[in-house]
Amino acid sequence: MEKKQQRANLLQGTLDMLILRTLLFGPTHGHQIGKHIQRTTNDFLQMQHGSLYPALHRLERKGWVVSKWETAPDRNREFKYYRLTEKGRKQLVVEESQWKQMAEAVARVMWPAAEEN
Amino acid sequence: MWWWTKKRDEDLERELRSDLELEEEEQRERGLSSEEARFAALRAFGNPTLIREQTRVVWSWNRVEIFLRDLRISVRTLLRSSSFSLIAVLVMALCIGAATSLFTVVRSVLLKPFPFRDPGQLVMIYEHFRAPSMNTKGFNYNPVAPADYYDWRTQTHGFEDMAALRWWQFSLTGEHRELPEIVQARGGSWNLFPLLGVQAVVGRTFTESEDRPDEYVAMLSWNLFERRFGGDQSIVGKQIHLDGQSYTVVGVLPKGFTWPDAKVQIWVPYASGLPPAILQHHDFHFSSVVGRLRPAVGLASAMSQVAAVQYGLHLQNLNAPVAEEVASKTLNQALAQDVKAPLIILLCAAACMLLIGCLNVANLILARSAARQREIAVRSALGAQRSTLIRAQLMESLLISLTGGVTGVLLSLAATKWLVSNWQDLPTAQNIHADGTVLTVACGLVIVTALLAGLLPAILSTGKGAIAALHASSRNTVGSRSRTALRKTLLTVEIGVTVVLLIAAGLLLKSFWRLRTTNIGCTTDNVLTMGYSLPSKQYDTPAKVNAFNEALLEQVHSLPGVRAVGLGSTVPGAGAGEDDAFTIPEHPSTTPNAAEHDALYRTASPGYFSTLQIPLLSGRFFTSEDRIGHPNTCIISHQLAQQSFQGENPLGKHLLVPSRKIDCEIVGVVADTLYQVGNSSEATMYFPLLNGDSDQGLTLAVRVASDPLSLSLPVQKEIAKLDPQLPVSDVFTIQQIVERSLGNATLSASVVLAFAILSLMLASVGLYGILAYVTTQRTGEIGVRLALGAQREQIVRQMLGDGLRPALYGLVLGLAISVGAVHLIESMLYGTRPLDPAIFVSVAATLLLVAMLACLVPAWRASRIDPMQALRTE
Repeated sequence: MEKKQQRANLLQGTLDMLILRTLLFGPTHGHQIGKHIQRTTNDFLQMQHGSLYPALHRLERKGWVVSKWETAPDRNREFKYYRLTEKGRKQLVVEESQWKQMAEAVARVMWPAAEEN
Repeated sequence: MWWWTKKRDEDLERELRSDLELEEEEQRERGLSSEEARFAALRAFGNPTLIREQTRVVWSWNRVEIFLRDLRISVRTLLRSSSFSLIAVLVMALCIGAATSLFTVVRSVLLKPFPFRDPGQLVMIYEHFRAPSMNTKGFNYNPVAPADYYDWRTQTHGFEDMAALRWWQFSLTGEHRELPEIVQARGGSWNLFPLLGVQAVVGRTFTESEDRPDEYVAMLSWNLFERRFGGDQSIVGKQIHLDGQSYTVVGVLPKGFTWPDAKVQIWVPYASGLPPAILQHHDFHFSSVVGRLRPAVGLASAMSQVAAVQYGLHLQNLNAPVAEEVASKTLNQALAQDVKAPLIILLCAAACMLLIGCLNVANLILARSAARQREIAVRSALGAQRSTLIRAQLMESLLISLTGGVTGVLLSLAATKWLVSNWQDLPTAQNIHADGTVLTVACGLVIVTALLAGLLPAILSTGKGAIAALHASSRNTVGSRSRTALRKTLLTVEIGVTVVLLIAAGLLLKSFWRLRTTNIGCTTDNVLTMGYSLPSKQYDTPAKVNAFNEALLEQVHSLPGVRAVGLGSTVPGAGAGEDDAFTIPEHPSTTPNAAEHDALYRTASPGYFSTLQIPLLSGRFFTSEDRIGHPNTCIISHQLAQQSFQGENPLGKHLLVPSRKIDCEIVGVVADTLYQVGNSSEATMYFPLLNGDSDQGLTLAVRVASDPLSLSLPVQKEIAKLDPQLPVSDVFTIQQIVERSLGNATLSASVVLAFAILSLMLASVGLYGILAYVTTQRTGEIGVRLALGAQREQIVRQMLGDGLRPALYGLVLGLAISVGAVHLIESMLYGTRPLDPAIFVSVAATLLLVAMLACLVPAWRASRIDPMQALRTE
């Protein structure tokens, strides 16, 4: 119960950005993306597979990522690898700047004193 | 698209599985047992089915997929209750088929423009007699006299041009004794084809210099060109023989040119072969005139110019039947005048049936949705949106309508063909077929019926009450009351429309029966008739004409089995034929130009009346002395005697027919005959056949002991013996002539009757369905009442009352509508009135009887309910 409260739900629309950012390191498959986000945030962001896969497919449909079945280097099995496209890179820049603006705007409202200093 | 989705699905499945396995492996590597690892992985992963579902949503095909899923479910649902689907589809197919067929015919006959240049600018122009008494006889759209046409054309400016055409009939013979045949022909003025914008496909059309009485040229219809001349283009420039006169073929008309009648095989110039004097006459009405309006001129102003010219002509010819006014019709109106009323009525009947079909299917769907109440309740409890449920129901009704519609359109192709081939003298019959417009309309019908039949039940059954049904569970009598009320309303309307159809059918049937049993004024038993026309070129003197006719009469009379033989211009029942204005010199005061002084013109041989058994009322029949060179005599009909000699003895008085230069003494009065079944009798004057006119067709009437048709060949052989080049036409018994003229009355009466019976069946099925449903719903209640001591008769009575109430309301509604609507078919009635009480009463009785029968079964079943059983199932 306690643990659950510490976990935040993803803000609407940020998942796409996080996935794109994760893919910047190189092509990877769905499971790894989820794991990566979870680990990097120290399990703060709990990855829901129910939103991960639809998001991946949505990004693919928009042409920001492409997918290919490839054999994983450490395991002798094929996984569906997602790779960032040029269009996806541009989109990441756009989303990142939007997010920054958003965060700054929220910060200004929440901690006005800090802003004055 | 299908394989695409499938591939996509497999791909997703594989992706999820591989990731799940990876998770499992990782868990195992952390030290869990393989089973625990699998559960842990599944836990971490969540519900794979849900993930799949959610992922699918982002695919662009999703919408289509949902549609396909709805479709699949609907098809399955419909197939599961196949008897319901079959009935619904069948009802829809019949209704849509009938409506489509009639629309096809109506569109082709009444609406579709002719394939001419700018057909909207073309009008037919008629002479119009002012007197109301003339108009009842059909003189308000009177054929035009040639001199009037010439004056209109030269003296008015509202029309680009005007052309005239006249009816004609030829006996066509070849150079080398080929089989003779009678062909329908028209004389058309030289400018007719340019005016219509029709060009010859071979050769050319007529020139102005050919449009003269002494010019003999002809054009062939495509049909004749193909049929008789084998499509050989070298026929142009060659001679053909028409009524013994040789004509030069100048051209062939295009295949699609079937105006004004597809039976026309030969065209000659308007004036060709006419006595030059006739062209100067203002009172020989035998032409149709078609005019093309100038682009910027309105019809009214163009016609007012023609009217002014015509009134001038009337004033110049006060003593002759020259009309005071003119009138116009569109080309479609002109051709469709006789078929318009029946066509519209059949179309209305088909529309009524379509409405009934829709109501019926709506009722069926409503009944089904009642049965599926719990399914719908469960679905909406599980989160199905209302729009989804409505969509699913609409999908079902759309499927029903669509399947029914496709079947119906296929049916209508056959039905249209049947209708066209059974409808005599339907104008432009060859060009009636389904086309894009018809298919579009059929599609529209399908969609409208689907909406009508599906939307109402869908909205109603998915409303707020849907969940309540789940609560009510087995005691669902309350929740469905509004639905039952709606079904009863639908049924009331359905029965109302059925009553209207039944009454229309009843009136038409009664008219038809009256027509069948009409006495046409002569015997209809064992009389064979056939027509021929002596070509005036060969038979150029009265002596030659008489020689042929008398020889024929004599030889036919000597054939075995022949009781009597007569010859005349026509026989009763075979049409109006010619009419003429007459005066009576003994009554100089009466105005000559009035309807009372117009009578049908007939010629008759001495044996004509006795052969046809037309009774003599006073005076005598013609004898062989009544012939050319002897004192002129005539016989008049009873009606003419009544009209012109009120109370006076007409015998010995005289009749003057100015246009034919006839002045003769009345020697006999015969009983009236009908020139056509369904029309009232008209004043008729008979002149001796032996005056020797050859200028018209003749009809031979042979009365025999029995089996008149068996004599047709021997009689034709006698004719061939006398003149092998003379073709014979219209070999019929009088019975057949009468039946042919009733053909269309038979057709429309039987089609409307078929619609009405079908509607009655649909309505009674609906009635049965609703009462059976109510019975099922109230099983528990009835069980309780029976257990408490209610009598079974009481239950029957109550259920009957419940079922008959919508029937009664519907009956009242239908009778009320009928009282207003029957006037529409007044013009098609004969021997009955629109508000015929006998018909109304018998329709009401029939309906109530059928309704009673439909209700009796469920009512009886309700009374047989076993109380214990009913309470236990509760």
